[in-house]
Amino acid sequence: MNIFNKLSFHGGIKPQGNKNISTKNPIKKIFIPDMLILPLRQSVGKAPKLIVSEGDYVLKGQQLAKPSSNLSVGIHAPTSGYIKRIAMHPVPHPSMLNEECIFLEPDHKDQWIKKKVIDYKNLKLEEVLEQLRQNGLVGMGGATFPTHIKASSKIETLIVNAAECEPFITCDDMALREKTEEFLTGVDIAMHILGAKKAIIGIEDNKQEAITELQKKNQNSKIEIKIIPTVYPSGDEKRLLFLVSGLKIKKMDRPSNHGFQIFNVGTLISIARLFIHGEPVISRVVTFTGNLKQPNNFEALIGTPIKYFLNDCGIKEGDHQIIMGGPMMGFELQNSEITVTKSMNCVLIKRNETQSKDTSIMPCIRCSRCVEVCPAELQPQELYWFSKSKQFEKTLDYKLFDCIECGCCSYVCPSNIPLVSYYRYAKSEIRSEEISGERADIARDRNEFRLFRLDREKTERAERNAQRRAQIPDAEKKKLIEEKKAAIDMALKDKEEI
Amino acid sequence: MISSPIIKESDSVSFVMSHVFFALIPSLLIYIYFFGYGILGNLIFGVTLGVLFEYLCLKLRNISAKPFLLDGSTIVTCWLLIISIPSGSPWWIILIGVFSAIVIAKHIYGGLGSNIFNPAMIGYAILLISFPAMMTNWEVSNSLGLNNFLNLKNLFNLFHVQLISNIDAVSSATPLDNIKTYLFLNADNLNPNNFPNYEIFNPRSIINISYFAGGLYLLHKKIISWHLPITLIITVILFSSFMSLIDANKFMGPIHHLLNGAVILGAFFILTDPVTSPTTKRGKIIFAILIGIITLTIRNFGGYPDGIAFAVIFMNIWVPLIEKFTQPKVFGY
Amino acid sequence: MILTVMIIVGICFVIGVFLGFASIKFKTQSDPIVEKIDKILPQTQCGQCGYPGCKPYAQAIADGSADINQCPPGGDDGIHKLADLMGVDYKPLNDEHGITKEKAVAIIDEDTCIGCTLCIQACPVDAILGAAKQMHTVIEKECTGCELCLPPCPVDCIIMEPVGETAESWKWKYPVTSIKQVR
Repeated sequence: MNIFNKLSFHGGIKPQGNKNISTKNPIKKIFIPDMLILPLRQSVGKAPKLIVSEGDYVLKGQQLAKPSSNLSVGIHAPTSGYIKRIAMHPVPHPSMLNEECIFLEPDHKDQWIKKKVIDYKNLKLEEVLEQLRQNGLVGMGGATFPTHIKASSKIETLIVNAAECEPFITCDDMALREKTEEFLTGVDIAMHILGAKKAIIGIEDNKQEAITELQKKNQNSKIEIKIIPTVYPSGDEKRLLFLVSGLKIKKMDRPSNHGFQIFNVGTLISIARLFIHGEPVISRVVTFTGNLKQPNNFEALIGTPIKYFLNDCGIKEGDHQIIMGGPMMGFELQNSEITVTKSMNCVLIKRNETQSKDTSIMPCIRCSRCVEVCPAELQPQELYWFSKSKQFEKTLDYKLFDCIECGCCSYVCPSNIPLVSYYRYAKSEIRSEEISGERADIARDRNEFRLFRLDREKTERAERNAQRRAQIPDAEKKKLIEEKKAAIDMALKDKEEI
Repeated sequence: MISSPIIKESDSVSFVMSHVFFALIPSLLIYIYFFGYGILGNLIFGVTLGVLFEYLCLKLRNISAKPFLLDGSTIVTCWLLIISIPSGSPWWIILIGVFSAIVIAKHIYGGLGSNIFNPAMIGYAILLISFPAMMTNWEVSNSLGLNNFLNLKNLFNLFHVQLISNIDAVSSATPLDNIKTYLFLNADNLNPNNFPNYEIFNPRSIINISYFAGGLYLLHKKIISWHLPITLIITVILFSSFMSLIDANKFMGPIHHLLNGAVILGAFFILTDPVTSPTTKRGKIIFAILIGIITLTIRNFGGYPDGIAFAVIFMNIWVPLIEKFTQPKVFGY
Repeated sequence: MILTVMIIVGICFVIGVFLGFASIKFKTQSDPIVEKIDKILPQTQCGQCGYPGCKPYAQAIADGSADINQCPPGGDDGIHKLADLMGVDYKPLNDEHGITKEKAVAIIDEDTCIGCTLCIQACPVDAILGAAKQMHTVIEKECTGCELCLPPCPVDCIIMEPVGETAESWKWKYPVTSIKQVR
């Protein structure tokens, strides 16, 4: 904080928000499509293990896959129906590759399994966390980190990430306006699980309606609403922590080490739905915006193909691209058959502009605009020079992994250099080198052990032979040697005759 | 596959350069007011030559020329070079200067963004060392100020080789030159009030004041940051005050150092060349302080009347080292 | 004149003593060159370089009896790193030793396997599990793709299957920009 006591972190940009185009109407209700396609892997960590097979009939909320490790959460049926097949299908990932998905054909009866309220106040912490894990709770801000791991540390202050700093995205804003009580209940429950003494909701000042609703409906004196200035990327975990508490921590450090934990609005609403209604994660609010006739927010079932929503909003004419996420950090989706996942907070339709502006990429002129806007206070132009020339050790010296890939540097670069692409490439290369280095080390160790083992067997055999030979008395040895000599002579004579 | 981010701020290199032109044009007009159209002829010729050299170099390197020619960096380099040399310079001086700046200092080192030395200063330094007499052959202002705008005769000065003064084009040295010569001749008594033909607000100081105004405009538009220009000016003021306190008869005071010579031009336009100056804030301050000290050292104790060019070139060598040692701390460390 | 010579010799002597002292006192312990080379090699242990494993090849490079471009699994990247380390020029992979193939793992067809243990004896990293007259199987995680188990198998039941790219192993590519180059 500077001397004027204004909340700010170094850098950041103020792009056009474009938020009001998707907040004109309330969140549209769920509708059930003809086929739901649920990717198995929708969170950080290992994909869960299937517990249903083709042909099974499942009820709404029934578990379809159970967690396969501690860093894994369950997947549940968004509605009742039949498991049509388990097959590979495109998933929303920048690689545009296919992964294993469950094809669920709804029977449109929407029948729930037997739901029950979970008495979280009287359960032990491990049981509460197991409930979170089995019911598929992950961070709904886009990172999909399993919630049960985040909720396992005891902290002092719970920070709610209601910043939603990226342009165009309004799902958290609308959720706060319409599901305020549920959200506040979720905050309450989370505070109880984490043992927090208070909660601070960090919300940007461009969400006036949400702020008013919160102030009206909040009865809990332990929940404080902190209004932060609208700057991108104030919603980044470490930046938000700094704005709310003044604490600066590095990439490897965790907020929980300092008595804080940060949860997204959507995550807290799903926590409330789980413990109050017994519902696992089966839907989320998604913003559909951009070059559409009527951009809107939808309460979408996980697994719904996005083409249904895009048709409902009406895509404007012309070539377009489908981006998942916001304009600063989103990535392209290959087509509209892709389905909604737990990490999908926004789908942005971008029109293919004709080349009116000169967007050729020029050399870096070291103007250091990127340094001025980097929220992590890095030197983007140095990282660029070293990533470009593949000097990866040097990028580590300049703290490459502290880069949050927010895109502020690429946004301001006057030479149109795609800086973030270079950093992603460098990070990929460093990570894959580490992994292949580890495998090479294991292979080397195994090879060395094998050579050692063969050596050991040889020595053991030689010892045994020596022992055996030592036991035979001399006269027998002489006889054996003469017998062998005679056999060799005969063999040689035979050879001569031939 | 498009990569994020997909939105962009509108500034581009040419947008930045257009602001630099805005800052330089008033000074040009004042220059013409005092000294005639000679400078304009030089400018048109020099800039055309610069663009031509740039185009040829890019073609030789097999790079598409259009975006580079349109971004305006060549024009600014040539402009800074032309206004540093006398407007009576013949065309071949301009040719050699622009060639050194664009081809030698810029393209041979790798083109835009890869040059180590400030191109305009390299061009000026090569001319100064190769043709010292011509570089001190400055034009004299006519007292008929406004009429200069109507007198197009001087536009073609560059095609006359005039070393000897005649009634129309009398040549002289800059005040700094005069003071230097005077000091060498009679080293004892330097009092600006006694100094022959020297006024504080001579035409060149007024041009320098207009550069200052242009620089303030650039600061306001956030095209340049304050670290380089303000530090340089403060260093010059402090150092020259210090020297004139020691011996006011030998060393000029701060006002004289600021208003004469190329300190103001250097501070706002030459030092702030982003390619050749440090990128870190502390680095910029160190860079500017050292340039200020070296310039004043050359001015007071060295052989040349104005040391900005050599100071800048010398400090350009140290920029990578300065950057390495002034890296700021990353968030959270 | 004599004085000048004596002073210069004196200075040289002092500097020489200092350098000698520094070379002993400030000596840094670093890995022997063989370890450094071995760290660059991919540890496939395939023998395509002509040596029985990566360590002997590293030894040969250090001795000077082998060239740096004999390792196909290491690829071009590996040769560049070796060239940087050894201070020699880069040269392209020597085709006589094989070509760089996509990463693959061996898979034993269990219907055909006769349990002869010949492949187990051939595997340089002991990645095949099995015993005489028992089913053999390749431990996928440990297989380096060296293909040494293919020739000994009397019933040809081992095939190499490319690992391919999954969403987990996918890497961001080097940004191919609309380069200003016009060639």
